Amino acid sequence: MSSQTTAPRAQGVSRWAWLVPGLPQILAGRWGGGAVTLLVWSALASLVVLRWGRVLDAASGGWDERFAVLTLVVALATVWGWSMRHATAPSVDQGHPSERRGRALRAFMANRVAVVGLWSIGGICLIALLAPILAPHDPTLQGDLVGQSLLGPSGSNLLGTDRFARDVLSRVLYGARISLGIGLFAVAISVTLGTLIGAVAGFFGGWVDAVLMRLVDVVIAFPRLILLITVIAVFEGASLILIVTVIGLTQWPGTARLVRGDVLSIREREYVLAARALGFSNRRILFRHILPNTLVPVIIAATLGIGNVIVLEAGLSFLGIGVQPPTPSWGGMVAAGRQDLLGAWWISTFPGLAIVFTVVCFNLVGDGLRDALDPRLSS
Amino acid sequence: MSEQAIPLLAVHDLRVAFATDQGVARAVDGVSFSVESGEVVGIVGESGCGKSVTALSILGLLATPPARVLEQSSIRFAGEELLGMDRARLREIRGGQIAIVFQEPMTSLNPVYSVGAQVAEVLRHHRGMRQNEARAATMALFEEVGLYEPAVEYESFPHQLSGGMRQRVMIAMALAGEPRLIIADEPTTALDVTVQAQILALLARVRADHGTAVLLISHDLGVIGELCDRVIVMYAGQVVEVGSVSEVLGSPAHPYTRALLASRPVVVSDGDPPPLSPIKGVVPSATAWPFTCRFLERCPEADGECDGAAPELVSLGDHRRRSRCHHVVDVVEDVVEDTAGGLR
Repeated sequence: MSSQTTAPRAQGVSRWAWLVPGLPQILAGRWGGGAVTLLVWSALASLVVLRWGRVLDAASGGWDERFAVLTLVVALATVWGWSMRHATAPSVDQGHPSERRGRALRAFMANRVAVVGLWSIGGICLIALLAPILAPHDPTLQGDLVGQSLLGPSGSNLLGTDRFARDVLSRVLYGARISLGIGLFAVAISVTLGTLIGAVAGFFGGWVDAVLMRLVDVVIAFPRLILLITVIAVFEGASLILIVTVIGLTQWPGTARLVRGDVLSIREREYVLAARALGFSNRRILFRHILPNTLVPVIIAATLGIGNVIVLEAGLSFLGIGVQPPTPSWGGMVAAGRQDLLGAWWISTFPGLAIVFTVVCFNLVGDGLRDALDPRLSS
Repeated sequence: MSEQAIPLLAVHDLRVAFATDQGVARAVDGVSFSVESGEVVGIVGESGCGKSVTALSILGLLATPPARVLEQSSIRFAGEELLGMDRARLREIRGGQIAIVFQEPMTSLNPVYSVGAQVAEVLRHHRGMRQNEARAATMALFEEVGLYEPAVEYESFPHQLSGGMRQRVMIAMALAGEPRLIIADEPTTALDVTVQAQILALLARVRADHGTAVLLISHDLGVIGELCDRVIVMYAGQVVEVGSVSEVLGSPAHPYTRALLASRPVVVSDGDPPPLSPIKGVVPSATAWPFTCRFLERCPEADGECDGAAPELVSLGDHRRRSRCHHVVDVVEDVVEDTAGGLR
């Protein structure tokens, strides 16, 4: 996404531009943005063309299938609209409302690896949402156990089939929903909780701080896996909501410490004293004047935390206490395939690669955000 | 000045102690003064003499564990006791009746909000304005304090503005609540000399236009002389001299005031400037004030008479002119002679 070249208003091009999003960008010399746009658009468009029957089916299917269709339409419209806007509007950098945010955005965009990570995460999210349309087979449908189980990658099953003759590719695609869903929701819980607890502890100090930080110590000291196993055993069976909640409720201490440290230093700043001198209440000072200043480390921690949670869920599923079969989850698939690892390596390998790829992407974006947003590192 | 009228701000026997590793530091030790409506009063003194602690304790802004305001202290605003006041009422007074302008315009604005939004927040909070009303009022305030492109400056973030502009924003923010008293704690110390003069002129105009009383805290006698009606000289946690600016700067009644005046650099148009005469030594430690006169060790005019008990703040004729010195009687005679000689 380079902005150093401003698009010349090529009249000849704009006539055709609406047909092929990304083309005007490429013709204007902006290869990166143009190629990505073109690629995404053609992928989405060919999906519509090649799987038109499936799209129609999904449109009258369950809510998640309908949502997939909606996603497809919105994604197509977004890519097309974005390309049009850039082709018709002169791409002159208009002054950002905030120089600071603009600088951070530029710093992030200059970090190629992080940008690739961000695009990949976007792609994974899209795949997760579009799984019902993308997946060639039903992920839970068992085929003919005698003739179709443990088949290697082939034309009809691109990534092979597992012991129950289910299509591995379809299961990996659907598995993205579980992994990303758990990652996002668990981190949402932990970040909210951690920010609140850390902020209150740091701001009020004294015994409030002491009590909350001892609570943090206890949660950190408690072996997490054992806690998870215990909770799941107590509630007899692991529902998705239970897993998300428990992971979220044990993930927050890191964020709490981070936020507390930041609040401790920020509450001594002069603008906090000034806010107090202006008659603002403690709550207002904490939430409106202090917390926004701690947002950067929280965003970074959240991004890195998602990768962490995805691995944790995979571990739980591997141990057999996570997402229960036949629902496809990456960790569960790795576990299920391990007995056949030598004979049918594809069953474990592809979901394993999916885990690694997703977590690496989140970590790359997290690192990129930290470098871009942390003024101490950007000098 | 009529004695029966209630002063806008009346500080009586203010004592503030800090718990430190070296013991209890009595940073402010029995300070009394008052500010009338529309009056500009300066507090002057060296670093560590208790000026800022006095200012902060007026609005209860000192962090208390380390600090403690002793019980006999009293700070009344328009007759209402501020110490130990109900928190909700105190929040109304803060910003709404009394506003503070701090020394460091660099750090007293929140970096994550535009300066306009920060001023507008005060207007919404204290004057119950709605978003667009507050926006318009903020722009009007910006023009008033000399920010002449209010639409641009409204959207600016603190780091995009110069020190002088930020201090103007701080003054706009202080004015937003329509306070009756502005406490300016070294408002110009962090600024260039030329900007200093502009900010002082702005404060003078604010006072003239709104009739706002100003309590100006500074270590710079020049700044005090520029703006103030009356001046309070503080040393080692106590008031050592009070009087009108012309009296205190024209015929100082305390050796410390004289020493402060003598230690200021003087610009002369031709020839060598007179040598600077710094005050020797440092302010004694607040954990162990001497029982004698606190300025004794550094005083160029000390003699045998000074070795006894600490002097009281005595009145020099009229109650608004006071000094804390054993030699004060001699000085009073000088003053009388000066005045008789047609000084004023």
